[in-house]
Amino acid sequence: MPSNEVIQGLGLDDYKFGFVTDSEPVFRTRPGLDGDIVRQISARKDEPEWMLKSRLKALRIYDAKPMPQWGGDLSELQDTLDQTYFYVKPQEQMERSWDDVPENIKQTFERLGIPEAERRILAGVGAQYDSEMVYHSLKEEWESKGVIFDSIEDGLKNHPELFRKYFGTVIPAADNKFAALNSAVWSGGSFVYIPPGVQLETPLQAYFRVNQERLGQFERTLIIADEGSRAHYIEGCTAPVYSTDSFHSGVIEIIVHRDAYFRYTTIQNWSNNMYNLVTQRALVHQGAHMEWLDGNLGSKLTMKYPSCYLMGEGAHGDILSIAYAGDGQHQDTGGKVIHVAPNTSSSIVSKSISKGTGRSSYRGLCKVYDGASNSKSNVECDALLINETSRTDTFPYIEIDEKSASVGHEATVSKVGDEQLFYLMSRGLDEAEAMALIVRGFIEPIARELPLEYAVELNRLIELEMEGSVG
Amino acid sequence: MNDRPILSVTGLSARVADEDPDILKGVNLAIRPGEIHAIMGPNGSGKSTLAKVISGHPGYEATAGAVVYQGEDLLEMEPDERAQAGVFIAFQYPVAIPGVSIANFLRTALQARLEDGEELDLFEFQELLMERMELLQMDPSFVQRSLNDGFSGGEKKRNEILQMAVLNPTLAVMDETDSGLDIDALKVVAHGVNALKAENPAMSVLLITHYQRMLNYITPDVVHVMVKGRIVESGGPEVALGLEEQGYEKYRRAQVA
Repeated sequence: MPSNEVIQGLGLDDYKFGFVTDSEPVFRTRPGLDGDIVRQISARKDEPEWMLKSRLKALRIYDAKPMPQWGGDLSELQDTLDQTYFYVKPQEQMERSWDDVPENIKQTFERLGIPEAERRILAGVGAQYDSEMVYHSLKEEWESKGVIFDSIEDGLKNHPELFRKYFGTVIPAADNKFAALNSAVWSGGSFVYIPPGVQLETPLQAYFRVNQERLGQFERTLIIADEGSRAHYIEGCTAPVYSTDSFHSGVIEIIVHRDAYFRYTTIQNWSNNMYNLVTQRALVHQGAHMEWLDGNLGSKLTMKYPSCYLMGEGAHGDILSIAYAGDGQHQDTGGKVIHVAPNTSSSIVSKSISKGTGRSSYRGLCKVYDGASNSKSNVECDALLINETSRTDTFPYIEIDEKSASVGHEATVSKVGDEQLFYLMSRGLDEAEAMALIVRGFIEPIARELPLEYAVELNRLIELEMEGSVG
Repeated sequence: MNDRPILSVTGLSARVADEDPDILKGVNLAIRPGEIHAIMGPNGSGKSTLAKVISGHPGYEATAGAVVYQGEDLLEMEPDERAQAGVFIAFQYPVAIPGVSIANFLRTALQARLEDGEELDLFEFQELLMERMELLQMDPSFVQRSLNDGFSGGEKKRNEILQMAVLNPTLAVMDETDSGLDIDALKVVAHGVNALKAENPAMSVLLITHYQRMLNYITPDVVHVMVKGRIVESGGPEVALGLEEQGYEKYRRAQVA
């Protein structure tokens, strides 16, 4: 095929993972949201009374809070919400081994290119299919170490005390409108507990995928890394294309106890009609270290600012973020670091790419409270613009109430240079290949932090996107 | 040796895109397979413009004349098509591409030459790369660095020669590769070019240089003198030696007269 035909055939709207696997839900609520729907969700999940009350309270907060007026354009969101099914229970039940996983779901995994090796190398694969976990396995040695890696529903069922102790403590329902919404209707997600001193070399992985038209996805994840533990959690997902708007609003709560280390990696690639509004936050205690590695591709609008609250002396937080805004997309992303205790340190590295009419915004907060003496924070945000029509903005908020704090902020905006393109083309690369190589080079400082298969996947997605960018 | 030129430039005039006046004003040049030609000239004579036009740089445009490479109209080809056809330009000021290692870049460039569906053999590539670096007396860790990012002038030039050695062109144009090199670096670069030439005698080379000293190490078959956009004299290596003694002054005066 002549190369220009290939390029035309791979426009931005031609979403690579645009397919829907046939799966009949066994139960779903009617579209829209009220107290009755919330009761149905809770009853379906056979939840204790306190959780139902917590959900209903969150619903009242959600109803009372106005839509945010900052960030991206949410003016059409209410229509989307009115059509959303807030709970869809898939046919498939929880599975323990790969052999038991239904064939059509295996096919879905295959089409997503989830590596074969995943099953062998990676010990636990938690896969969220529609709103619930249908496949979930945990390596035996982890079980023997007392690690809990469950669906959020099983977390509540099997570890009620631990669950109740931490649930909603990092991100209370009242935090923001979408945290309230999630707290009212959450379904699916992971519950992770790493006991004191336990160190996991192999990352915990969860794959999930939205597979129901107009399905609202409200995953909720709660992670507790106990004292001196060390672990890495990876979550990646891709979504099929829908004709109507879709909505995803997750809440991720992480508690990193004293001297523990936890890294949370996520690469999300939503179809470009998706609103993706996620609240993810970690409480980082004395001497502990939290890392967010956050990649956002696709969606119509993403608003996502991973946060580290540095609560104990010497706590450290890192936020690495990549955003890719294609035609008509808005990535409003960044990070927040809150220094509460002395000698805390943080760094935010954010890289965004805008193509066509895509828009990326860096929005970050660095706050240092009075008494967080000798705290240090460094923010670096770099934006790359592919076309003349691409846009980027930077909104760094810095609030310092402590004299001895040291805070740095650096921002760069660059365009893919004609000289760079020409140089690569003069060695035989066509324009799309040259563009993809430049973009890959731009995100390399973050991509190299990813596990290999994710870095490969990310590079492949970017190559596909670049093929539609020229000519 | 085949008598038909691999590159023939006839009556070529060219300028910076959309900017009068022409910098090249009717250049004629024919390079046969295996020949080494040198173009010498003072600053601003149009030497580098010729290299840019041959490379297909979008900032330059031909206003008259023709450039035929292996029987094809070179000016009609995109820069990547020219490269795929075996034309290589060692640039005077190569740009930096942060985050892209030399090894990754060269692998991508070789992969780009293959048909769709064909995959470059990574072990063979690795072997080729190591062997080429040895030839050029380069440290193997060099290819892990980002392309031209933070490179010294000498490193940039050596990187260009390494690319040339890996891509193995039919026609190599070296645009002032000697400028900014100390004598040791110059020797290494010249040694590399000679070694490549020995390996592949059919490779043609167009050396663009301000100084004669490069020609102490690479012996040209033909030397051209370019002044004010025209080739004013062509001959054997003795032309370069004459320049060494007398400079470009006599050509300048001749043109004024």
